[in-house]
Amino acid sequence: MNVLQVSGVTKKFGGLKALTNVTFDMPEGQVLGVIGPNGAGKTTLFNVINGIFHPEEGRIVFREQDVTGMRPDRLARLGLARTHQIVRPLNELTVRENVMAGACFGREDHGLKAAGAIADEVLEFVGLADHSRQLASSLNIAEKKRLEMARALAARPYLLLRDEVLAGLDLAEIAIMITAIRQIRARGVSIIIIEHVMQAIMQVSDRLIVLDYGQQIAEGKPEDGMQDSRVIEAYLGNPELAKKLMGSELDDGAA
Amino acid sequence: MSLRRAPGFWLLLAVTLAIGLLPIVTGNPMVRETLYTIYLAIALAGSLNIILGYTGYISFGHVVFFGLGGYVGLYLISSFNTSIWLAILAGGVAAGLLAFLLGSAILRLRGAYFALATIGINEAMRAFVNNFPPFGGPTGISLHFSVYQPYGGATQALWLDYGILVALTLASILLSYLVKSSKFGLGLMAIREDEDAAEVMGIHTTQSKTWAYLLSAIIPGMLGVLYYFKNSSIEPSDAFNLASSIELLVMVMLGGSGTVLGPVIGAAGYEILRGYLLLSRLFRDIQLTVSGLLLLLVVLFIPQGAVGWLTRRYPRLRQVII
Repeated sequence: MNVLQVSGVTKKFGGLKALTNVTFDMPEGQVLGVIGPNGAGKTTLFNVINGIFHPEEGRIVFREQDVTGMRPDRLARLGLARTHQIVRPLNELTVRENVMAGACFGREDHGLKAAGAIADEVLEFVGLADHSRQLASSLNIAEKKRLEMARALAARPYLLLRDEVLAGLDLAEIAIMITAIRQIRARGVSIIIIEHVMQAIMQVSDRLIVLDYGQQIAEGKPEDGMQDSRVIEAYLGNPELAKKLMGSELDDGAA
Repeated sequence: MSLRRAPGFWLLLAVTLAIGLLPIVTGNPMVRETLYTIYLAIALAGSLNIILGYTGYISFGHVVFFGLGGYVGLYLISSFNTSIWLAILAGGVAAGLLAFLLGSAILRLRGAYFALATIGINEAMRAFVNNFPPFGGPTGISLHFSVYQPYGGATQALWLDYGILVALTLASILLSYLVKSSKFGLGLMAIREDEDAAEVMGIHTTQSKTWAYLLSAIIPGMLGVLYYFKNSSIEPSDAFNLASSIELLVMVMLGGSGTVLGPVIGAAGYEILRGYLLLSRLFRDIQLTVSGLLLLLVVLFIPQGAVGWLTRRYPRLRQVII
């Protein structure tokens, strides 16, 4: 079964096309990587999938149900969870309460007691068990990212959208996160990840799609995607241009 | 909700009840009058806290529910000679209904826009009542003293009124605790911290906010009936007085918004302070200035209020204080 089908999705902001005719299927249990330069429309794609933006054209089918234009909270209850690029902890609540909220209002609609048990288990999984009684605001950035993940996982989603979880983390923290992504996938959760840390996304993704200026310019296995010259150009930039820019900078320095 | 799990809450409830019973046991009307103001403030501040403290929406015109309740109650009593019980019920229902209708409309607004809308509603309600003949227009409604007869005369009616006030104050504290310790309350606090994130987590934010607003309006509506029944008259400028709304905000902020204990302490502290100010020759006429200054100081230096400050300083208190 496809956990998600995106077909012909177009999203405009005024005259600007943020997404143009994006189409892909996502089989259950996979990890799909979305890459592309800044401003390519990756986060917009997430916002369209989880109902924050409504697409002008196209359809989004989640677990064989048309969810185009559905509100984010209803999608969450259907089993779609998300972490944000910029972490959004519920600062004045404790770490445990943050995760309990995820369990309470997610797919399984738990009461507080059951949610507490789930929170404890998930916090153990992401390694925040020792911090569970602290206020979320007191965590450092790496811990906040793990909290964001814990909150999404506590909802027991079918599909998890992860927006740049690795940005700003050091190598050791990235390694922990990659292990976590693999473990989550092993539990049967499908994951779509947006990431700029290329090595990481190549390691964990089953498939990649590449966006550039809202267009889906490539799709395929990680090793294939990077051979495509358009992808290299869009993502890594024009090698000639880079050389030129470097040159001009050096000239400025000399002058 | 066992005694073991929330000792602080049960202690608070017990103390509130014990002090509330004091004038009834001793039969001292002077003490009763002092406590009347304090308990009224506690119950109102506790109700405001549901929308302000838990949900994070600043209602600047919360007194509108108090005023509307008072009007509906006094209208029923003076025109149809209904009992105080029915009038209180009607006052609560009217306030709840208004909150529900308003909530569906203005809770789509966020932050300062919502606050402004609540001020607008208070002013609109005052203008409406001013021109609404059944409610007596600008002169309002006055009760004939014969309405107190069924309760054994005016003196007895005042005692009854006070007794109901104490009960409603306890109900307000209980409601505050029930909301705070429920799944619904967790949803509200998630909305307070980050409404967009809450929605992505699966919280039906519009619905939750509307319920929170409704819950914060019912008890003020009932209290309005009680207060104006005791007062025996009501008029628009008094019932929809914006300054009272602001005083309520000061109480909640002073004690600590988002906690059960905070509004109780804030309201009691504020009313006691005001009692002294009103007696002092220097401050008598500028007591509102003092409360404005107080709000400024709280917002600048202890935005989390007295209770929030304490639990931050001594995190262990979190286990006891609710």
